[in-house]
Amino acid sequence: MSMPRWARAVRWYLRELTGEAEYDRYCERHRRHHPLAPVPTRREYEALRTLHRETHPQSRCC
Amino acid sequence: MPTSALPESGLPAPAGPSPARSRTTPRAVLLWTAVALLGAVGWGVLALARGERISAVWLVVAALGSYAIAYRFYSRFIVRRVLKPDDRRATPAERLEDGVDFQPTDRRVLLGHHFAAIAGAGPLVGPVLAAQMGYLPGTLWIVAGVIFAGAVQDMVVLFLSMRRDGTSLGQMARDEIGRAGGAAALIAVFAIMIILLGVLALVVVNALAHSPWGTFSVAMTIPIALFMGLWLHILRPGRVVEASVIGVALLLLAIVGGGWIEKSSLADAFTLSPTTLVFCLIGYGFVASVLPVWMLLAPRDYLSTFMKIGTIALLAVGVVVAAPVLRADSVSDFASSGAGPVFAGALFPFLFITIACGALSGFHSLVASGTTPKLIQKESQVRLIGYGAMLMESFVAIMALIAAATLEPGLYYAMNAPAGLLGTTAESASHAVAGLGFTITPDQLTHAAKAVEEQTLIARSGGAPTLAVGMSEIFSGVFGGTALKAFWYHFAIMFEALFILTTVDAGTRVGRFMLQDMLGNVWKPIGRVNWKPGIWLCSGLVVAAWGYFLHSGATDPLGGINQLFPLFGIANQLLAAVALTVCTTVLIKSGRLRWAWVTGVPLAWVVAITFTAGWQKIFSDDPRIGFFAQRTRYSDALDAGQVLPPAKTLDDMHTVVTNSTVDGVLIALFLLLVAVVIGNAAVVCVRAVRSPVPLPTTEAPYTESRIDVPEQAAEPLVGARP
Repeated sequence: MSMPRWARAVRWYLRELTGEAEYDRYCERHRRHHPLAPVPTRREYEALRTLHRETHPQSRCC
Repeated sequence: MPTSALPESGLPAPAGPSPARSRTTPRAVLLWTAVALLGAVGWGVLALARGERISAVWLVVAALGSYAIAYRFYSRFIVRRVLKPDDRRATPAERLEDGVDFQPTDRRVLLGHHFAAIAGAGPLVGPVLAAQMGYLPGTLWIVAGVIFAGAVQDMVVLFLSMRRDGTSLGQMARDEIGRAGGAAALIAVFAIMIILLGVLALVVVNALAHSPWGTFSVAMTIPIALFMGLWLHILRPGRVVEASVIGVALLLLAIVGGGWIEKSSLADAFTLSPTTLVFCLIGYGFVASVLPVWMLLAPRDYLSTFMKIGTIALLAVGVVVAAPVLRADSVSDFASSGAGPVFAGALFPFLFITIACGALSGFHSLVASGTTPKLIQKESQVRLIGYGAMLMESFVAIMALIAAATLEPGLYYAMNAPAGLLGTTAESASHAVAGLGFTITPDQLTHAAKAVEEQTLIARSGGAPTLAVGMSEIFSGVFGGTALKAFWYHFAIMFEALFILTTVDAGTRVGRFMLQDMLGNVWKPIGRVNWKPGIWLCSGLVVAAWGYFLHSGATDPLGGINQLFPLFGIANQLLAAVALTVCTTVLIKSGRLRWAWVTGVPLAWVVAITFTAGWQKIFSDDPRIGFFAQRTRYSDALDAGQVLPPAKTLDDMHTVVTNSTVDGVLIALFLLLVAVVIGNAAVVCVRAVRSPVPLPTTEAPYTESRIDVPEQAAEPLVGARP
């Protein structure tokens, strides 16, 4: 693989792993299910996601 | 090994991969023969080396060869014959997709998620302590344990939970075993988590006590996380990658900064006693668990994940490039005598409970029945994610063992024996180590501490400092030489503390929700997740519970790790017993009695080790092993007005009596709870075997999948080997 492809792959993986890419997926899904409603902004989405994390703690192992 | 591609007569054809695809080519045969040979050579060198020092690379070769063979053959056998995943069946991620909890996720990404959730400080601590029995027993258990028990447990729990829309282990125990078993499992999970948090926090306390450098750099993680939280929440919402890059850079700066602090006038402010650190951690744990997650918990989690993956990769490179020699005995005298200073007891059963994470860890079953099953795209991916991630964790444990085994044994014991035995000066420690049959001069000890810029390395038990010294030896051999030794030492301390504090944050929160849930049954308002007083009360109770163990460990005259680590190991392995019981019960109930040994044999093994260890801890006459024998010894002396060493005052004597009573009672309680789960499950299994029709299980009904994963071959082998 060439350098740019490697860099793209690494960026893709990091964005997916950290959940940064979740917003894009959410928007895409939102447009599919509610084509007429406005898509939430990144800020609104992050607020929703934080609220969800608040109530769904994930245990980490040792 | 029954790995033939053809279905046996009378059984339905294995779903998923078609026989035509898994045709064995001569090239594959050649490749796997080579892998098997390489692994065998590794084991051969380890087994035959007597009296000479061998390179750690052989350990790596033996482990990786075994993992590859196990993944290729044993995990495939379990998947095809026992679990029978069906890729035409929609997973809960697909059926219930909501973009939040349920979301089909790329398997490589999910592998990363799952690995980050299961691997933490556990596989780094246990093997270091177990090195007192030599490197060979620990290696054998880590490799065999993960292949036949740990990875099997993770994969089967993941599969069962996935087939039940991602239900938790406690819920599965209730649904598949019964009310009594379910309730016992729930209480056991909660109690075990408290012990786990207490012991892990104790590791941090032992690593940071009297170390201004370490204390400063770990303390700096709080403002760094707060800054990242602000960045992600207010400045640039959701830009996790850039925030993490900045965070990691600041973290490295904090480690360097610790070195400046240590030499400055501020050093005294960051030189804290264990007791002070205990109260700092308790306060921190409470605040972190009631603050909004975006402020501390979420950014810390990102930092910890990046550091984890980076450091582990670095360690792997370091071990292979530096190829250190193993200085520890392959099997030490303590393995048979059971008189080791780090933890008491003979190899069977105590080695197997000291190394939990890395070989078999019950706690993983909580992760495997939590978020991961809700994100799986295709059923057959449980093999890569469940089995594969656990193999990776096992490899981390092997590297920790290597780091400990490359140290001079004299230094290892001077760092890991209890303070009561070693005293506080280099001379007393050197003398005590000589009494154990090893040598280290006071000069060497002082020099070793100076090389990593610590005031002392004596009695720094808990695994973290030992691992850090080992890692600093390995890293400085590859990057930067001796000049960077102190940096690498504190780097290792920082990254372990970071893992542990993340676990403490998250664990306290999970514990709080469990407690709110349980208490909510008694008094409704407390169960409400938004009622602040309820949140504070439950968080406070959870923190107080693990804080109690942390405090008693930090002040225990007999050494907190020595006393509490067996409790932690037994608790963790008992949780594995509960998970394997659930797995075996479901296999039998779903008409797979023939294959029940896949989880049944590890279950029998884990029951044997935990109940033997528990029995000895309760009933042994040897006060070093049996908690009640210890209690009797100290309370008798107390009645006679005597002070028994290592206790120094009558207060110390009272502390020992109280601690041994609490620990003994707790072990008895754990064993009882798990016995209830197993007893209840046995009744269900007998009923299932006798029943002419299969008993009902709670598996979600079949729905046809509508997503294709084109790039996925029938056998997800790409990137699978750890």
